[in-house]
Amino acid sequence: MTGHPRLLPLGDCAFTVELGQIIEPATQARVFGLVEALQDAKAAGRLPGVIEWVPTFCGVTVHVDPDLADPEALAASLLALAREARAQPGAGRLWTVPVCFDPDMGPDLDAVAAARGLDRHSLIERFVAREFTVCMLGFLPGFPYLSGLPAELEMPRLATPRSRVPAGSVAVAGRMAAIYPWDSPGGWRLLGRTPLRLFDARRADRPALLAPGDRIRWQVVGPEALSAQAVR
Amino acid sequence: MTAGLEIVAPGLGVSVQDAGRHGHRAIGVPVSGALDPTGLAAANLLAGNDAGAAGLEVLLAGPVLRAVDGPLRIALGGPLLARLIPRDGPPRRLAPWSDLTPQAGDTLQLGSPRGVGYLAVAGGLQVPAALGSRASYPRAGLGPPPLQAGQRLPCLPAQDGGQPDVQADPLIHPDGPIRVIPGPQVGHFTPAALATFLSEPYRIGQQRDRMGIRLDGPRLAHSALGADIVSDGVTPGAIQVPADGHPILLLADCQTVGGYPKIATVIRADLPRLAHLQPGDSLRFATVDACQAAAARADLARRLRAWQASIRPRGGLTDSAALLAANLAGCAVRGDEDPLPSPS
Repeated sequence: MTGHPRLLPLGDCAFTVELGQIIEPATQARVFGLVEALQDAKAAGRLPGVIEWVPTFCGVTVHVDPDLADPEALAASLLALAREARAQPGAGRLWTVPVCFDPDMGPDLDAVAAARGLDRHSLIERFVAREFTVCMLGFLPGFPYLSGLPAELEMPRLATPRSRVPAGSVAVAGRMAAIYPWDSPGGWRLLGRTPLRLFDARRADRPALLAPGDRIRWQVVGPEALSAQAVR
Repeated sequence: MTAGLEIVAPGLGVSVQDAGRHGHRAIGVPVSGALDPTGLAAANLLAGNDAGAAGLEVLLAGPVLRAVDGPLRIALGGPLLARLIPRDGPPRRLAPWSDLTPQAGDTLQLGSPRGVGYLAVAGGLQVPAALGSRASYPRAGLGPPPLQAGQRLPCLPAQDGGQPDVQADPLIHPDGPIRVIPGPQVGHFTPAALATFLSEPYRIGQQRDRMGIRLDGPRLAHSALGADIVSDGVTPGAIQVPADGHPILLLADCQTVGGYPKIATVIRADLPRLAHLQPGDSLRFATVDACQAAAARADLARRLRAWQASIRPRGGLTDSAALLAANLAGCAVRGDEDPLPSPS
């Protein structure tokens, strides 16, 4: 990969360390490796002024307090860390996520199946047969972008986003799957719903249930699993 | 009962904000916090607080509040007027950049700022914090929910004997182009688009909230690299340009990642200025480098210190002098109309 890693300024308070420009497992592994290198360097006091970092598909955005950081020294440190960081497969937890694929919960299920020349059951079968990996969190607090969608289930986003997608919706768009942690507007195609609570600010040690590098297996459940959740 | 501010009418675009919720962007939590941190800091300093204590931000129309189990010491920062309606006595006007101690049962009407204004309470609003901040981010239930009539914002009661009422000069943000650092995706735009962005005026569109502002103006053409990128990190001040070529300025509640190329990013020292832009206002952009951005931050810190040195005990006459100064300085407080809702 020529030209990578490279450092892109994001104003005077952040840098994006770009490790590639295509979503692929090798780049993702370098992102996870760089995050670990950043954790170690920060713990060793070698990143003065660095507040936090956000791993994304192809890089890591590092947010700094520019009055505490020497921008040139920091830029050099970040590039050095990026060059030295070892690629790491996602070393996260493995979660079993219950999903109800009742058509009420997955209003786009039949349309996606029809578009891909499948019936509803074979669509669900193909979807749950795969293990997914959390690439990054974003869009909303705790919203996981999940890689691992079989190519035959890829679908573009809805042309007109819904004004309200219910919390817990399991959805696909492009090459990704996701779970909406919150009621929100959204343009992804809804296949089902999970009763799992993806974000809870009171869980101080882990407000977002999922973390980049975590893996997910789906477990098919009936609608009764969701009705218990409705009164949470 | 604890002292507090009871919401009589919630106003529009009113939220509890502080210095922001830092350290949680990796899990998708926006920074939030005051759109104009210097305005919140000013209100807090007048109220005797730390600069980043939680206060009320008024973006569109001010709320009506009632002091309960007071007295409370409150202060205003930014172009925000208020009227105090004592339980027994004639209404009084409270100038921006000053403080006041309402008694229990007194009503406070906040005006509609041209820009964004802040109300601070001595001790800071005591709403529960979430992830280390009291800033309201209702999309994910973080911080207090949107204001509703009848809701009470807990506060610390004012000290007996209290402080003398104070006032300060208006804290005015400088004019001139909004300063940006090009990138991170400047290569996704044609050279002509970048030249247009840096030379033509843009206008604040009608869509403006705490997440961002749409800009009207010349369309910015994407280069052969196109209008989509693999989502990467964004931050308040980033200027993203979707396929329609119309830029969007991101503000405090913006997402942590985004999939549109960003032509440039506003430097931190100019973020407070963005907060005061109104639909129809025009603005221009100019590039600076990291050194100039650092000098701009130092200048902003210097101006805030100089402003703080202007805090003084309030006299009767200077009330109107402060109003006049605000008016003359173009601080968006107009003297020819009463921006306050009439009491009802």
